Amino acid sequence: MVLKIFTNFFKRVIGGIFKNKKEIKLGFYGPPNAGKTSLANRICKDFTGEEIGSVSKIPHETRSVQFKEKVQIEYKGKKMTFKMVDTPGIATKIDYEEFLKYKVGKNEAKKRAKEATQGIIESIKWLDDMDMVVVVLDATENPYNQVNITILGNLVARKIPVLIVANKVDLAKADIKKIESAFPEYETIGISAKYGENLEEFYESLFRVSKQI
Amino acid sequence: MAKKRGEKSLGKIKGFSLEFIPFSEIKHLNSDERIKKILDIIFGNNILLIQGRLKPLEETRLIGDTMAMIGHVNNFKGIELAVISGKDEESMFERFKRNAANMISGGDLEAITIIGPATIVKEIKRNPKKIDLILNK
Repeated sequence: MVLKIFTNFFKRVIGGIFKNKKEIKLGFYGPPNAGKTSLANRICKDFTGEEIGSVSKIPHETRSVQFKEKVQIEYKGKKMTFKMVDTPGIATKIDYEEFLKYKVGKNEAKKRAKEATQGIIESIKWLDDMDMVVVVLDATENPYNQVNITILGNLVARKIPVLIVANKVDLAKADIKKIESAFPEYETIGISAKYGENLEEFYESLFRVSKQI
Repeated sequence: MAKKRGEKSLGKIKGFSLEFIPFSEIKHLNSDERIKKILDIIFGNNILLIQGRLKPLEETRLIGDTMAMIGHVNNFKGIELAVISGKDEESMFERFKRNAANMISGGDLEAITIIGPATIVKEIKRNPKKIDLILNK
């Protein structure tokens, strides 16, 4: 009996220590061109000195899931270790002709389109593995997009904590209030991943939401 | 007859079919069967209206399955999808909570789901109180 109490006590204490040190799988989800990779790059660069992937004006630049492990984020004396998972933007349609507008050759456009479809499938599969998700939305776009609603619906169904980022606040058209009123139940942080604006508030929210895990 | 200045025109639409599925028709289907039924209608170049909404996992499954078909089915470029709920003033989280049971079984009969092939439906613009269905020329 006494042995059992001691065993349980040590399990709790040691288990607790490792639980706190666990790497949190942090997913970056959202529609294409919202700035998921720009934000993930900004964080990785700040805390590891390296970026996670390339960015471009052409949609679907990220066409496979990219990782950066053991990213230790330090904010106001607190430290948390994350596995950053940057995912391809989720869309319901892919037309290779869209890429031609960006002066991409026809063969390259077809290749990009094929890779983009596979990337979307991969993003969806990874939803099950996330501990927490940052949904990155373009603050200049209409938030009432079914893809946004579908992503959030899936996260609610899987009970995964969510932080919404309204990116591109440096642009005149940006409307954070519209995103806040579309999804009032979530914390929404307006940032500019490109210029690193308001990242302090982002880290604060990230730490706060991570307590829900 | 010549169109008068300022007169609104409906323009020319060659024609498309709208198909409606009442919830009772998909209520007893499992996710595989629901997705198959939807895809059969979409591939017939129809715009589909479903009473109710799919479960979130079915929505992502539908997106995943249609993505896998791009490049394998002639001229198929994916779908346009939108859900209109009857209670727009209610927050999405409240709807999710209220409809948790419905989501498990599918449902939320106050909603209408619109799904169309991207070759026909260019865009579905969803504002809280309005849906714009923009068709390809």
